[in-house]
Amino acid sequence: MWSKGKGKKRSLTQINDNSDEVDLFSKLTTKDKDDSDMEGGSSSDSTDSEESEYSGLEDEEDDSSEPESFEEMCDSGEEEGSDVVGTSDNDNEKMRNDVQKFKKNLANEKAKHDGENSVQMKVKKKAGSIKRKSGETVNGKEEAASTSTEVTVNVPDEYEYDSSDEEDLRNTVGNIPMEWYREYEHIGYNLEGKKIIKPPTGDELDNFLNKMDNPDYWRTVVDKTTGQKVVLSEKDCEIIKRFRQGKYIDSKFDPYEPWIDFFTYEKMQHPVTNRPADKRSFVPSKWERIKVSRMVHAIKMGWMKPQQEKRKEEDQPKFYMLWNNDEQVNIGLTISDITRKYRSHIPAPKLQLPGHEESYNPPPEYLLTEEEELAWKNKDPEDRRLNFLPKTYSSLRQVPGYNELIKERFERCLDLYLCPRKQKLRMNVDPEDLLPKLPKPKDLQPFPTTQSIVSTFIEQLSHSYGLKVYKGHDNIVRCISVESNGQWIVSGSDDQTLKFWEVATGRCMKTLPVGGVVKSVAWNPNSMLCLVAATVGNDVIIINPGLGDKLVLSNTDNLIESYVPTEAKDTAKVQWEKYSGEEEEKGFRLKITHFKAVGHVTWHGRGDYMAVVVPGGESKSVVIHQLSRRRSQNPFSKSKGLVQCVLFHPSRPFFFVATQRYVRVYNLLKQELTKKLLTNVKWVSSMAVHPGGDNLIIGSYDCRLSWFDLDLSTKPYQTLRHHKKAIRQVCYHKKYPLFASSSDDGTVIICHGRVYNDLLQNPLIVPVKVLRGHTIENSIGVLASEFHPTQPWIFSSGADHTIRLFT
Amino acid sequence: MVLRHRKYESGAATAYISRKQALKKLQLSLPDFRRLCILKGIHPHEPRHPKTVGKGSTLPKTYYFKKDIQFLMHEPIINKFRDFKVFLRKLRKAEGKAENDRIDHLKEKRPKYKLDHIVKERYPSFIDAIRDLDDCLSMTFLFATFPKTRVLQPSMIQLCRRLTVEFMHYVIASKSLRKVFISIKGIYYQADILDQKVTWVVPHTVGYQHPNEVDFKIMVTFVEFYVTMLGFVNFRLFHSLGLYYPPKLILGMEQNHTDDDDDVDKDDNLEKDDIEERLSALTQSLQSSIQQEPEEVDIDEFSSELNDDPDHVEKAKVEQEKLNHLQSLFKGLKFFLNREVPRETLTFIIRSFGGQVSWDSTMAAGSVYQESDESITHHIVDRPEINKQYLSRYYIQPQWVFDSVNACRLLPVEDYFMGVILPPHLSPFVEEGQDDYIPPEKRKMLDVSDSGINNSSEDEESEEEECSNEGREDLKEGDDDENVSSDEGSDHLEKKYEERRLRKRKQEAVDHDEPTKKTKSGKERMSVSSGVVEKVNLEHKLEVQTNEERKLAEMMIPKKKRRLYKKIMYAKKKKAQEVKKLTEKREAYEKQQKRPKKKQS
Repeated sequence: MWSKGKGKKRSLTQINDNSDEVDLFSKLTTKDKDDSDMEGGSSSDSTDSEESEYSGLEDEEDDSSEPESFEEMCDSGEEEGSDVVGTSDNDNEKMRNDVQKFKKNLANEKAKHDGENSVQMKVKKKAGSIKRKSGETVNGKEEAASTSTEVTVNVPDEYEYDSSDEEDLRNTVGNIPMEWYREYEHIGYNLEGKKIIKPPTGDELDNFLNKMDNPDYWRTVVDKTTGQKVVLSEKDCEIIKRFRQGKYIDSKFDPYEPWIDFFTYEKMQHPVTNRPADKRSFVPSKWERIKVSRMVHAIKMGWMKPQQEKRKEEDQPKFYMLWNNDEQVNIGLTISDITRKYRSHIPAPKLQLPGHEESYNPPPEYLLTEEEELAWKNKDPEDRRLNFLPKTYSSLRQVPGYNELIKERFERCLDLYLCPRKQKLRMNVDPEDLLPKLPKPKDLQPFPTTQSIVSTFIEQLSHSYGLKVYKGHDNIVRCISVESNGQWIVSGSDDQTLKFWEVATGRCMKTLPVGGVVKSVAWNPNSMLCLVAATVGNDVIIINPGLGDKLVLSNTDNLIESYVPTEAKDTAKVQWEKYSGEEEEKGFRLKITHFKAVGHVTWHGRGDYMAVVVPGGESKSVVIHQLSRRRSQNPFSKSKGLVQCVLFHPSRPFFFVATQRYVRVYNLLKQELTKKLLTNVKWVSSMAVHPGGDNLIIGSYDCRLSWFDLDLSTKPYQTLRHHKKAIRQVCYHKKYPLFASSSDDGTVIICHGRVYNDLLQNPLIVPVKVLRGHTIENSIGVLASEFHPTQPWIFSSGADHTIRLFT
Repeated sequence: MVLRHRKYESGAATAYISRKQALKKLQLSLPDFRRLCILKGIHPHEPRHPKTVGKGSTLPKTYYFKKDIQFLMHEPIINKFRDFKVFLRKLRKAEGKAENDRIDHLKEKRPKYKLDHIVKERYPSFIDAIRDLDDCLSMTFLFATFPKTRVLQPSMIQLCRRLTVEFMHYVIASKSLRKVFISIKGIYYQADILDQKVTWVVPHTVGYQHPNEVDFKIMVTFVEFYVTMLGFVNFRLFHSLGLYYPPKLILGMEQNHTDDDDDVDKDDNLEKDDIEERLSALTQSLQSSIQQEPEEVDIDEFSSELNDDPDHVEKAKVEQEKLNHLQSLFKGLKFFLNREVPRETLTFIIRSFGGQVSWDSTMAAGSVYQESDESITHHIVDRPEINKQYLSRYYIQPQWVFDSVNACRLLPVEDYFMGVILPPHLSPFVEEGQDDYIPPEKRKMLDVSDSGINNSSEDEESEEEECSNEGREDLKEGDDDENVSSDEGSDHLEKKYEERRLRKRKQEAVDHDEPTKKTKSGKERMSVSSGVVEKVNLEHKLEVQTNEERKLAEMMIPKKKRRLYKKIMYAKKKKAQEVKKLTEKREAYEKQQKRPKKKQS
């Protein structure tokens, strides 16, 4: 109750104080700083609050006293004036004005005076406050008393008790982090519920000036709860100092005072208590007796043993007959008995037994040479075939201990418990069983086996072969073609010539310079005609080589002459041209100029039609020419990919077109796609059709040769990977069941490929011969190969400028 | 409602359990789990389809059978592990509080486990245990040589030593040792126990180096089990021979009998070390509980009834004869071991084959007779010279014993005399197949043994003489080697040899060139020379043809089998290369050996 009342009282005074302060600020801006300082100092701390009240009181008193006097004066003036007014109204009015003027002057003066007065007061107050603070903890009472005596005598003594516990009540926000009020103008609420306004904090400059000017700056602290500044007293500083030094805060406290015992350590004659002794203190323990007797009994019975003996016994493991009725067990149960408990028991494999090389004195061949030893040392320990270095010692006495043995044993242990076990069946396969059962090549004769004719440019080379010498090509021979009777062959080369050879003698009959690299050459399959088609640049040149039967030759020329131009429009952009004069004499007959470079050329079986591939022609990449009517047409309106080569079916109106990955079979009569073969290769290089027409082989640049059975499936019946490098050309024999593939690895592989009439029986494919002879130049081997039409011979041409005949 | 079949809820996915899961299930720490697996012989299994087992993941994991883990769950030892954990906690606490009494008390009550039931569980029949004895013996023999460390308790090392000595005693008593081999890693022994081949390796006793990369805790766990197992096996083996277990020496027993009963205990303590030493000396036979003379066991006629093949019976008889011969190989021979010879090894071997051994009594306990004994037939020496020599005995090197055992006959001693360069020591464990490389020494031995079976003993003797002659020659060779400063000499010789060969070749070349020259010169003037019949090497042609055919056939191997075929062929090729390399090396070596000889002659 008391405290409340006191609080109320104080708050009242504080309000006054505040209002006063505002007044002061408004009036005296010059004094502002000092004043606020003083006010801060007075109101910040617990003790200072009292002081502030004090000052407030004082101010109040001052203020009250001054106006009192002024009013008195006024009153007196008025009284006087009234007296005067009593005389005359005008005068009275004048007087009033005067009085007011005077009042104003007086007020000004008073303000001045007040300022001075307050400064004086302040100095006084400050001294008082310091004094009070220093005395606050110990003899605050006295101080308070003295100050009270100093300043006012009639103020009631509120500071008899140290009421520091209650001081925080000025701000009622409680024990909270004060930064919550950071953004507000006030810092909390007083007991009345009114805001406590934050005291103004000066800017940096003020702070600095304060720092420079104020000698007490160093011991000025901000009270967080009120935001007021507090100057620490000497006493406070002293306390802090002692605290930091780890001393007792009270300097007068003596921790080493002599200790006075409550009881003496000296023996007293009489007991402290008067309780008689227990029975158990002089009667032997019953339970102990029972326990001891039990132990004695146990020792007697041999159940209990002295420790050492016990330990010794325990250390020695006891062995006994673990497997008793073994004879019975031995009969039927071995591993199965273990597996009863251990699921699928796999016994650990035994370690490999040592070989001769592990001997301390091995035969000399088992010792490693220096290089081997170095290689052994450089290898990773896991990769070594032997995990030790074979060494030899002349006698047993010199054999040292083997360092790795413990490690080896340890690894074995790891294997035993860490290594997953798995039963593996050891394959005991005879490699002979893996070879497919095929008929022997000997039984599949005839097929070309030996090289018989070589055409080369270099004389010596052919001489060393012991063969006849003829002049040949001096560049890569790209293509060859055999006449339908097998008497002549034609070869086209990069040296821009066509050469005609006689098969029987190997003689070069004719050389025609064509003024360009010959890409492809094909002899007309019709035996009644003697015509050769060759592709050079953008042209397809049709030549009558003038070899063979004169009748046939004249027949051929007649056929070409008999052409009657018609009005029919060509669909393809090609020009037919006839040679004349000198060139005609040489054998050139017709020239078909295309819009782009021409690649592969092939004849229809009758010899009237001819298909040409224009590799860059896109939708017009296949052109079919008719010789008798000199007509050309593009069978396809759309391109289906890069066309590699084309073929006519030997007997039926089918047309094969090989793109990079697919072979499409078109029916020429119905003008539709009949089949699309999936080759499963990356890039088809060439294609050949079986003379029967039901089977097709393709060669590819990724070394594969695929055999298609057109009746069977659109997927390859068999894929052979005999070659190590790209296959350049594949071909069938017209009569014998043979096919060949020529490749960049310099070989021609002849396979026996028998096709049965019985549809149920699949073709039999057996490789029968690997023909070597061509050398590889610029990683190009054999470029072209073709069988002789009647004999089991094969011609091949390659990058080594030669044409070879294997018979 | 239709029951839904979910993936990985049956089959392989549920039959396996990963190690982490196993640990969780057993609630054991990894070291405890490891110990348990070692003791129980549980090992991971590799699933056939790891992806199914891993429920879709193919991460490399170790999988155990779920059944195995369930089986482990019921193991009483797990509780002991837990007790031990508690014990350790208590001990740590007591040590922290420095309560010495409590520490003693706790240590006394330290939980211990026995592995008897596990031995029985893992090896339900005795023969199973014998089958798995290899690793057990190698480990115990290795541990018997170890020094005491923190992990290796001296009691365990002593126990290992005791058990190995007992086992050796059994092998001696049963005469079951078959093959011995000195390798650089240690000495290999192979015994035939209950028709099971048991092989173990004993390290060379010289120098123990503590390895760095070895976790001895794991080894100790293994040895814990092995020791228990070997103890029981020894017990059973001793009883099968009618010997006392723990073994008693014949002499020791007599002494005990003479002493009064009261003194026995004292003597026991005093002489215990002595007895142990003598026991480990292996020179004395053990006391048998059954007084029985070993009988010569003939092969019964029953066998012929069982096996109709008379050849088979004959073979078995021959084998038995051979075995008997081997078992009494050193019978009647008296050996004396010089100081530097590894005593235990040789004693073990000689006694296993019926010989008698002794050594200088100052060297170790257990010597039976002294060096001066005139009846000693062989004195085993491993030094180049010896001062005092007796005429009545052979001074031989220890390898003779090993080689004789492996050859199943007493080899001529001349090759093994003191200071002689020894013939190579071959491994008896290698059985060469058809394509394997056989070192010439082995081939010679095989020939001798083949002929030895066919021929009478006289031939053998003559052969032995021949051998000895050869040996002497070898001896000379060796001397020669020593005399000539071999490197220089051989180099010089090689150069000469090369030169000569080059010259010869040149001459041949000239001879060969002459006809061609003639033809060149003859180009100018035409002439007809008489033709030479072309030599057609038919065999070569045939070979070429078959090779070609084979290659063509290889081309047609389907893809499925091609890999396997290539693998097989590769292995074959590698083997052939190895054989070739070894033969070439040998030839080179022999050439090098012969050259200085030629020079001398």
